[in-house]
Amino acid sequence: MRHDREVLLIMIMNHLPVLAVVVPLSAALLSLLLSRINKNLGKAVVILSLVFAFLDAVGLTAQVLQAEGHLIRYAMGNWDAPIGIEFYVDPINALLACFITFIAMCASIYSLSFLKDREWLQSGGYYTLIALLTVGLVGMTLTGDVFNLYVYLEISSLSCYGLIALGGKRSIPAAFRYLLIGTIGASFYLLGIGLMYAMTGSLNMADMGELLQSQMDNPLMYLVCASLIGAFGIKMAQFPFHAWQPDAYAYSHPGASPLISGAMSKVPALAMIRFFFFIFGVQNLVIVDATRLIGILGALGMIFGSVMALNQTDFRRMLAYSSVAQLGYIALGIGIGNLYGVTGSYLHILNHLFMKGGLFFAIGAIQYRFGIVNINQFGQLHKKMPFTCFTITMGALAMVGIPPTGGFFSKWYLMMGAMDKHLYIYMAVLVLSSLLNAIYFLRVLEKIFIAPEARLADRFDKEARRDGAAAKKHFLEVPAVMLVPIVVFGIGIVAMGIFNSQIVEFVAQTALKGVF
Amino acid sequence: MLETVNTFLAARGIYCLVFILFFLAVYGMITCKNYMKKMMCMNVMQVAVILFFLCFAQKRGGVIPILDGVTEAASGYLNPIPHALMLTAIVVSLGTTGVALALLMRMTEEYGSVEEDDLLSGKARKKKEESADEADEAEAEKEAEKEETADVTGKDPDET
Repeated sequence: MRHDREVLLIMIMNHLPVLAVVVPLSAALLSLLLSRINKNLGKAVVILSLVFAFLDAVGLTAQVLQAEGHLIRYAMGNWDAPIGIEFYVDPINALLACFITFIAMCASIYSLSFLKDREWLQSGGYYTLIALLTVGLVGMTLTGDVFNLYVYLEISSLSCYGLIALGGKRSIPAAFRYLLIGTIGASFYLLGIGLMYAMTGSLNMADMGELLQSQMDNPLMYLVCASLIGAFGIKMAQFPFHAWQPDAYAYSHPGASPLISGAMSKVPALAMIRFFFFIFGVQNLVIVDATRLIGILGALGMIFGSVMALNQTDFRRMLAYSSVAQLGYIALGIGIGNLYGVTGSYLHILNHLFMKGGLFFAIGAIQYRFGIVNINQFGQLHKKMPFTCFTITMGALAMVGIPPTGGFFSKWYLMMGAMDKHLYIYMAVLVLSSLLNAIYFLRVLEKIFIAPEARLADRFDKEARRDGAAAKKHFLEVPAVMLVPIVVFGIGIVAMGIFNSQIVEFVAQTALKGVF
Repeated sequence: MLETVNTFLAARGIYCLVFILFFLAVYGMITCKNYMKKMMCMNVMQVAVILFFLCFAQKRGGVIPILDGVTEAASGYLNPIPHALMLTAIVVSLGTTGVALALLMRMTEEYGSVEEDDLLSGKARKKKEESADEADEAEAEKEAEKEETADVTGKDPDET
């Protein structure tokens, strides 16, 4: 018996990369069926599978950090690399997969309170989509095959359209618009990999990278780079391609929006870094041009997103526009294109996942209890919801880049990169964008802490009135399943800042060693 | 001059046609005002990409990749991978179309129209609410707002 358990454990340890995808996928397929039998069974199976995926990703990160050369290449079904599909796990991918599964796990627990009174079809369908979105995102981070990446991209996009459309009446046109624009992005990606496949005859990323080195002066490479910038630009909502994003993020289902806004846009950014730095290599002239273009678009996006965020009164739309600006930072790091710049980009991908995730968790809770999203109604909210306001404060400070939080360090690395390459204009843009961030986030803090108290319809009062005198007193500001993710993300934002040197040293720079 | 054009068209003409089809579809998606037409343009765009893959997989004198005992060298066969990839892409495009149609149905239920102009001006929504009751515009707007929050939080809006 003991022996069997050991064998099973060794088997799991050998197959960690694929289990992170397979387990949530099976849970997604089972969820609706089990929901038909019992509503809670469908929810439980998805949450458990996401907890397993998170533990799996943590194990994978530990494994890859100890592995020889800090690299795990997992061949699917034992078909070896250039012919079969492989999972290519380096410390960056593993850690991002870890964070994605973590935010998915938190979001699935957090959504419990939104779906309490729903029918089996709705709750089962919702959890199916959450699990599928996680599958797509984790697959995109881990895969080492360009066409496999397309398949995961479409899995995540299709489930994302569904989750956005669940957010009520206004979200349907937003979801439809995202579907149209997202499909253009996916088609551009297919064109790009089609051209590369025609040039090399390989779909494996590492193999393709080697074969492409001799063809870098081919004019078709410009077309490939343009397609990839278009594809990933659309998917990550980089500046000129961002039009779908504010509506989609603002009106998506409040339980899923932390996952959508936190993780969905970061994974294409990571894929972009993979393509330009790991596959193509920055020593080639055409890639230098392409990354410079990405950097310029990123710088424009940083200013544009921040200015647009200033105009918004809906907190969710403000966060969405701020995402455009924050993705500009990531693009700027790609544009700087040296060790510090890409480290900064990478750190910002992880930080922004925590910041945006935490802020969307917080606004979801405010919406749940008071039904408001307008920042002018936030007066004296810290008395009613202290923990939620703690997370908003931490998120706001991190967005601005105040030192103990994570946001400061990613900006610091971007600054160092720009300094190293004498791109002083980028430094000026970084400072300007941070100041604009400060204006619109401190405005929110001012509303919460200083503005006079607003009269709000409290959900708890209503419930108490409905249930009569027997209603229990609420010790927590929102149900515990919502409060825990909020507090965890509030602490996570600070923790990202405290542990940034470890992340840079052990994860980012080990993975980037061969690139620069 | 004519010679160059001829050789270019003979070698690359099909790719030009595919790219024209692709960008024609993108143009259609931008200019059409009806969401259904936008979706159909999206399908045309996906077909253009599929054609692109099938074109570069084509080879003069190649046969289908089934061992026939006559053709020995690999160069005599067509590469089946682009076709296989496009089978996946067709499935994906089918899925995307399905989701798009479902969204359009929901849009018709909620707004009574899939015309972009109606949706942007809010005419469609107003028309629906007028028929329901003679609520004035501000009231209707408020109602819609309430409905939305109720939709996502599972709260009953009329309960006071």
